Amino acid sequence: MSTPFDNIKTVFRNAEVKPQRQDLYHLSIPKEQLVALVTHLKEVEGYLHLVQLTAVDWIEKNQFQLTYILNNPTKRLDVMVKTFIDRDNPTMDTIHHMWEQAATYQRELREMFGIDFPGSPRVDKPFILEGWDNIPPYRRDFDTKKYAEETYFPRPGRETNDPKEYMKKKLYPDEI
Amino acid sequence: MSKSDLEKRTVMSPDGEPIEINPLQDYFCDAHPKVHEPVLPIFEKFLNWARSESLWVLGFGTGCGAIEMRPLMTPRFDAYRFGIQWRPTPRQSSVFIISGYLSVKTLKRVIRSYEQMQNPKFVIALGSCTINGGMYWDSYNTIKRLDHYLPVDVYIAGCMPRPEAILAGFEKLKELIRQGKGEGANLYAQNFDWYKANQKKIIKDWDMPDYNW
Ligand code: SF4
Repeated sequence: MSTPFDNIKTVFRNAEVKPQRQDLYHLSIPKEQLVALVTHLKEVEGYLHLVQLTAVDWIEKNQFQLTYILNNPTKRLDVMVKTFIDRDNPTMDTIHHMWEQAATYQRELREMFGIDFPGSPRVDKPFILEGWDNIPPYRRDFDTKKYAEETYFPRPGRETNDPKEYMKKKLYPDEI
Repeated sequence: MSKSDLEKRTVMSPDGEPIEINPLQDYFCDAHPKVHEPVLPIFEKFLNWARSESLWVLGFGTGCGAIEMRPLMTPRFDAYRFGIQWRPTPRQSSVFIISGYLSVKTLKRVIRSYEQMQNPKFVIALGSCTINGGMYWDSYNTIKRLDHYLPVDVYIAGCMPRPEAILAGFEKLKELIRQGKGEGANLYAQNFDWYKANQKKIIKDWDMPDYNW
């Protein structure tokens, strides 16, 4: 089957192409070639818009997956460029020189997953967690519920009522 | 403001002379808040009536519940006929509506704004998030019980409460004030150390004065 990415395979042999929908394709690439591939997509193929940069924690494989979603406004095509990085040494090359807004995504990933992007502007500044001193909260080994209960004074007596039964008892007490 | 802005340091004056500054002492008053004693009961009663009829709300929305405050300003619900209006700064307001979930980052700003408000001041907490955490009960970054950080006068339950409920909450608040029970600011002053300890427990990079009015 031919895809819009066939010519990319000639340049980036390690890239794997997987169609998801007519207008959405997955590209996987080793970490070292990712910036080159994204640059190629932007400069040559016309993927001008960075939709999103996000991460997934594959704790079982000891890896983080980074997903760069790019959009081509003329061809109306989306592509998700995926790469895996080591969970013990999470560093990735920055792409803020191509899209300035990437710096914000990278700052967020740095805070929420602890993935470092050396050279990205203000990447070490707190983003929404000011003074966080635990492991990054989006990592899957962080126990959110336990942390919340220990930190934020839970109110005792939080219980669940069946709304139907509760209202019946309240409105028509004699009928029960 | 960051932590380094509060440290003692030497700066150059406009005339080129180096001067020592200690921002926490020079720029802020570090006295604790004081309990306001009523002067004369009957006079206080009159004052309370006046206060209850003129509630100025700080226009600061913290969570999703803030969206329900907008309809109150429109002709349909028209909170203004009850003597309620919204003000842009803490200095001009007497009611602080905490409209929903509070992240730790927002709590810091809320505390600063609350402390800058003039006495007497009242806090209305909207939504289940302020009562027990609501749907963010297991979140790593939102508080669960607002009354551990600020004295709350009225809770309005719901997720989110309708504008009618908020109006009912205002009526309740007025009642409390007229009965002389709107003592939030005094409560805050009395238990100042307890409130501060709770606030500092979760705000880990405390980069502001302890009490800044
Ligand atoms: S109580 Fe509901 S509406 Fe209000 S802030 Fe929480 S989640 Fe949002």
